[in-house]
Amino acid sequence: MKRIAIAVALLILATVPLWIGNSFYINIAAQVLIYAIFALSLNILAGYAGLVTLGHAGLFGVAAYTAGLLITSGHGQLVVALGSCAMTIAIAGVFAVLALRGTGLGFVMITVALGEICWGLAFRWISVTNGDNGVTINVRPHPFGFSLESAEAFYWATFAVFLLTIGSMAVFVASPFGAALRGTRDQPRRMTALGYNVWLTRFLAFLFSGFWSAVAGLLYLYYNQFISPEAVSLSSSAEALLMVIAGGSGTLLGPVIGAGLVVIMKDVASAYISRWNFVLGAIFVLIVVFMPDGLVPGSMRAWRWLNSRRVRTPVAATATPAIEVADDGA
Amino acid sequence: MNLWVILSVNSITFGGLLFLLSVGFALIFGLMRIPNLTHGSLFMLGAYFGVTLIAWGFNFWAAALVAGLGVALFGAIVERFILRRLVGAEMAQVLVTLGLAFMIADTCLMLWGGDPISVSTPPHAVGFTRVASVAFPTYRLVIIVIATAIAAALWAMIERTRLGARIRAAVDDPAMARVCGIRVSSLFTLVFALGAGLAGFAGVIGGPILSVYPGLDQDMLPLALVVVILGGTGRLMGSLVGSFVVAVLYNFGQALFPELAYVVLFLPMLIILVVRPQGLFGRAVL
Repeated sequence: MKRIAIAVALLILATVPLWIGNSFYINIAAQVLIYAIFALSLNILAGYAGLVTLGHAGLFGVAAYTAGLLITSGHGQLVVALGSCAMTIAIAGVFAVLALRGTGLGFVMITVALGEICWGLAFRWISVTNGDNGVTINVRPHPFGFSLESAEAFYWATFAVFLLTIGSMAVFVASPFGAALRGTRDQPRRMTALGYNVWLTRFLAFLFSGFWSAVAGLLYLYYNQFISPEAVSLSSSAEALLMVIAGGSGTLLGPVIGAGLVVIMKDVASAYISRWNFVLGAIFVLIVVFMPDGLVPGSMRAWRWLNSRRVRTPVAATATPAIEVADDGA
Repeated sequence: MNLWVILSVNSITFGGLLFLLSVGFALIFGLMRIPNLTHGSLFMLGAYFGVTLIAWGFNFWAAALVAGLGVALFGAIVERFILRRLVGAEMAQVLVTLGLAFMIADTCLMLWGGDPISVSTPPHAVGFTRVASVAFPTYRLVIIVIATAIAAALWAMIERTRLGARIRAAVDDPAMARVCGIRVSSLFTLVFALGAGLAGFAGVIGGPILSVYPGLDQDMLPLALVVVILGGTGRLMGSLVGSFVVAVLYNFGQALFPELAYVVLFLPMLIILVVRPQGLFGRAVL
């Protein structure tokens, strides 16, 4: 049943350009996928590692800016992609070393500060980043000779990357390392007692997350052919976190649904009202207050509750709260 | 030479403003463990309230006081009706305060528009005061005096009054404080309102220097965060010293390395985090 649902969903996603047919909506679909990749990368930390970061747009920005600057200085596509990923992973390592000094709230505050440094550099270091005007690139890349200029081609390329992302996430989560990571989220002290290196596990998760943020950042740059400090700001980090939390952190499907919801709402909302940020904030408040573990786990729980009512068995609340501070006693 | 004097005075003034902003943040964080990401927004909200009150014909200082009280009331409402529901769920509080910050920023943009609004210096504080052959802008000296007075009053309140003793007890051990009959829950509302009010007040008196514009909240919040990370929480001294360190770094950084001002500001913070995670003065908070 679940497999059929996944197959149908993938088939629908794969054929989006065929049945939508309007390049405006195909572009929105591509944006959804790009943000889904970004949200999935954040989900590794916020969901599976229990490390809620508010500086992830910084990594996204590092990737996009590095790529943009490499392209404008005339480097080839392969160099651009590799250079930008390598740079982002290195910065993610620095982020991890600094942020993992703190736990819980301290971690969040340090990531806010790190994200703001990235924003400050993008905004103020005008001689390199061109300040508020951002970096513009003229062409999208031509991987293996395919042109990505049309909306359909770009969508399919993004979709291929998206498949790769979610596939690697599925493998990652199911692997022993993924299990260890969830262990460090729920019981860091016990994991230490069992002989796991909690710090190293979290550090590696950070690098993995950084890599996929870089991929999302690259796609973002190629899609918009433009990057500005706006994309690196705290509100971008918060938007990505909203995607993860709205959909359901610690699930593979949640961030994808969340990304779709936020991107579509953003486009719909900005067509009718210019107060998108107000809507974003209001959704944040409502979701946290009323559906703290996200839409996907929330509706799954509602579904189970309905089912259990039918057979009249009491429900045990087994769902772990998605929003929880890692209790690190170390 | 003169440049250095001016930068120093500006740093001290800005430090005073930052102290008013961040002492509330530190108290709220120390007492309630709420990382109040609306704090920059409260500063901006106070500034906009002040602008409107002055436009209605209020005297500058009256406007600052009333705006401060208005923001304090707003803070109390937020604490009572939203944050109260999320006691213990720290991450939820982060997200809710962040969501509120977006809502406040957008509402301000809607009500007061996107153009920066300059606030004129109160008439009796215009001009310069000569101290030992150097002319200082009077208004900046006034801010330094106000910040010092408020710091002293806060210190006296926390160290010398019954209320302060209760707050200290609740910071140290909320459960024990409750057992001893201290109404920690009312203290929470009071401290949140006090912190919010101070931020709002600082927003108004900072107006003539910083002016009021959309994005002021996002400029001030990271500074408050850095102050708290540097100075630790729950102690006035930490906020005070942290504020001046941050103000000096920010002002000198902007003057000497305008493009890297943020790096100059955040780098020491990162170094401190690595070397001394509990902050310069505080106990372990992070």
